[in-house]
Amino acid sequence: MVSIKLSENKINQIKDICKSFNNEKGELINVLHKTQSTLGYLPAEVQEVVARELNTSTAHVYGVVTFYSFFTMIPKGEFPISICMGTACYVRGAEKVLDEFKRELKITVGETTADGKFSLSCLRCVGACGLAPVVMVGDKVYGRVAPDGIKEILNDYK
Amino acid sequence: MAKIKKHLLVCGGTSCNALQNEVIASNLKETIREKGLNEEVQVMMTGCFGLCEKGPIVKVLHDNTIYIGVKPEDLKEIVEEHIINGNKVTRLLLDSDPNLKVHSKKQLRIALRNCGFIDPENINEYFACDGYLALGKVLESKDPQKTIDIIKKSGLRGRGGGGFPTGLKWEITSKSQADQKYVVCNADEGDPGAFMDRSILEGDPHSVIEAMAIAGYAIGATKGLVYIRAEYPLAIERLKTAINQSREFGFLGTDIMGSGFDFDIELRYGAGAFVCGEETALIHSMEGNRGEPTFKPPFPSVSGYLGKPTNVNNVETFANIPVIINKGAEWFAAIGTEKSKGTKVFALAGKINNVGLIEVPMGITLREIIYEIGGGIKDGKKFKAVQTGGPSGGCLTEVHLDTPIDYDNLIAAGSMMGSGGMIVMDEDDCMVSIAKYYLDFTVEESCGKCTPCRIGNKRLYEILEKITLGKGTLEDLDKLKNLSHVIKDTSLCGLGQTSPNPVLSTLENFWDEYIEHVTVKKCRSNQCKALMQYIIDPEQCVGCTACARNCPVNAITGERKLAHLINQDICIKCGACMEKCKFNAISIK
Repeated sequence: MVSIKLSENKINQIKDICKSFNNEKGELINVLHKTQSTLGYLPAEVQEVVARELNTSTAHVYGVVTFYSFFTMIPKGEFPISICMGTACYVRGAEKVLDEFKRELKITVGETTADGKFSLSCLRCVGACGLAPVVMVGDKVYGRVAPDGIKEILNDYK
Repeated sequence: MAKIKKHLLVCGGTSCNALQNEVIASNLKETIREKGLNEEVQVMMTGCFGLCEKGPIVKVLHDNTIYIGVKPEDLKEIVEEHIINGNKVTRLLLDSDPNLKVHSKKQLRIALRNCGFIDPENINEYFACDGYLALGKVLESKDPQKTIDIIKKSGLRGRGGGGFPTGLKWEITSKSQADQKYVVCNADEGDPGAFMDRSILEGDPHSVIEAMAIAGYAIGATKGLVYIRAEYPLAIERLKTAINQSREFGFLGTDIMGSGFDFDIELRYGAGAFVCGEETALIHSMEGNRGEPTFKPPFPSVSGYLGKPTNVNNVETFANIPVIINKGAEWFAAIGTEKSKGTKVFALAGKINNVGLIEVPMGITLREIIYEIGGGIKDGKKFKAVQTGGPSGGCLTEVHLDTPIDYDNLIAAGSMMGSGGMIVMDEDDCMVSIAKYYLDFTVEESCGKCTPCRIGNKRLYEILEKITLGKGTLEDLDKLKNLSHVIKDTSLCGLGQTSPNPVLSTLENFWDEYIEHVTVKKCRSNQCKALMQYIIDPEQCVGCTACARNCPVNAITGERKLAHLINQDICIKCGACMEKCKFNAISIK
């Protein structure tokens, strides 16, 4: 058991989310979506609260959180960077773009920079294949990204 | 109110969104207002036109003119010249791009009939295109079996990849006895490089809602669920809007059109798991569990969501239903080949001139798609392969270019229809690396439940990696083949049963490339970094130092005005030096 150190406020937020789905176990994935968009990530203690509210085991919640790539237990950066690794982007050089981001930010996939500003992840196809290779920073989509255009993108957020 | 005479449509698909189509739409509205034309010209956002590479797109509806690559500064000219003076702006015309001349001629739009034609957020526009007419007909007939018979007769097969006859699926579910049944729309489009379903949901959400209600009536279900990827925010938004409108007009809810039939739709979100495209895994995910597949039988049509009979169809399959009801089974069955009827939507991407969404009749050849609709290979390079069916499919080569495309021919050629991703590759793509790319995907996405898929695919990946690192042997190629067959034969679900296809099809079609990798340790496309070296020709090098200054790892040494040298132990083979060299002194060995 993880001892719960979350603030009262956050616990209530989670409880409200669960209640909005009638505390139904079958709504777990919807609950987790909502919780992650509210709190940013799903650490163990959050999962504990969700499990208790939906009357299921923490192991079940943990199993679901770790199964789906959309859910994360590590806080993302202020500006999460996702590089599309869909096939269309891959054959148009997404790997080189990713390497450049790694070099520039000095982090690898799944990590967040020390100042909490940027995090790096790969995703499978945003469906903007006409603009391959594609990079997303937050909700903004950058198309036809070349390795030497990366500094320019990062400068938008510095 | 003056009557709206002219419509300007701005493509509102995800690709064009990234190109700031919203700025285009709002500036266009502003320009129209400035000219005092807002009473007669309407500007609206529609679904995808399928010309993703050339966005943003503006279409002038009354004379069917399409402008490509429109920039905010072009809008004034379009309004003044075209809308007011009636002269088309030739430099922006679709036809101004020679590659696009035949783009639309070989296409036939059934599933995409309304995409890029109507405003997806306005139900009245859907009405104008026979919207909800098919549902009315079905309810009026008071005979669910008649609807099933029409779909059976049309020959429609599942567009999600499997190709199971849709009418038969409906019939099996309708015969299952239960107090509650479900209709599920599979919108978990997980194939990398495929965006057909997204475009339909963004461009014509009502057609899917209508079809789900029709399916509900046919099989005796009162509840519908759409399982949609959370990565598609725009599609989710448009679908929600459409469901609400449909409820307001009484096409969803209780006693639909006074028929006594109740039906409503809820959304369920995916959370990024490729295996959830498999119907049993999808159902477990909708129940709030890990999306692990289970053994079939029992099929979902007997025992599915919450243990009740459930009919799962893909988005594109649903989009075909209303038209089939309206125009008749015979009309639909007249299109396509003997065993594959109708059309198929493909997401054409990769090294091709016209990336975008296309819909073609079954039986068209790859050559027509790639060289006519697709406008040929990018930068005049040589065609090498086209990958269909995503991570479950295979690569087709030059010898397959004239094969008519349908479910059975693609399987015979070692690939599959899949959901409709079509990625074109040119001479610069290494087929061993491509196989490795797909296995990397499968290893990541395997749910881990059954051993052949969990461990077998990992081993396949490791052997492929060994080959791309120049450490492979001839024996490894045999191992690849044997292990692939074992995984195919023994995996639990469709993911594992098809995951070795990219390996088998590249082994079959590009055997000589594999041999080169393991015997002479050469990658002819120069993609496998371990098998190549950047070298400086001392004869050509003038010692300008551009390469040394741009090398990210300081692997290049040399005095000014003297030939430089690359230290192969430090070089990471990024190619920066070759790009910067103005004297063509650097080459790959």
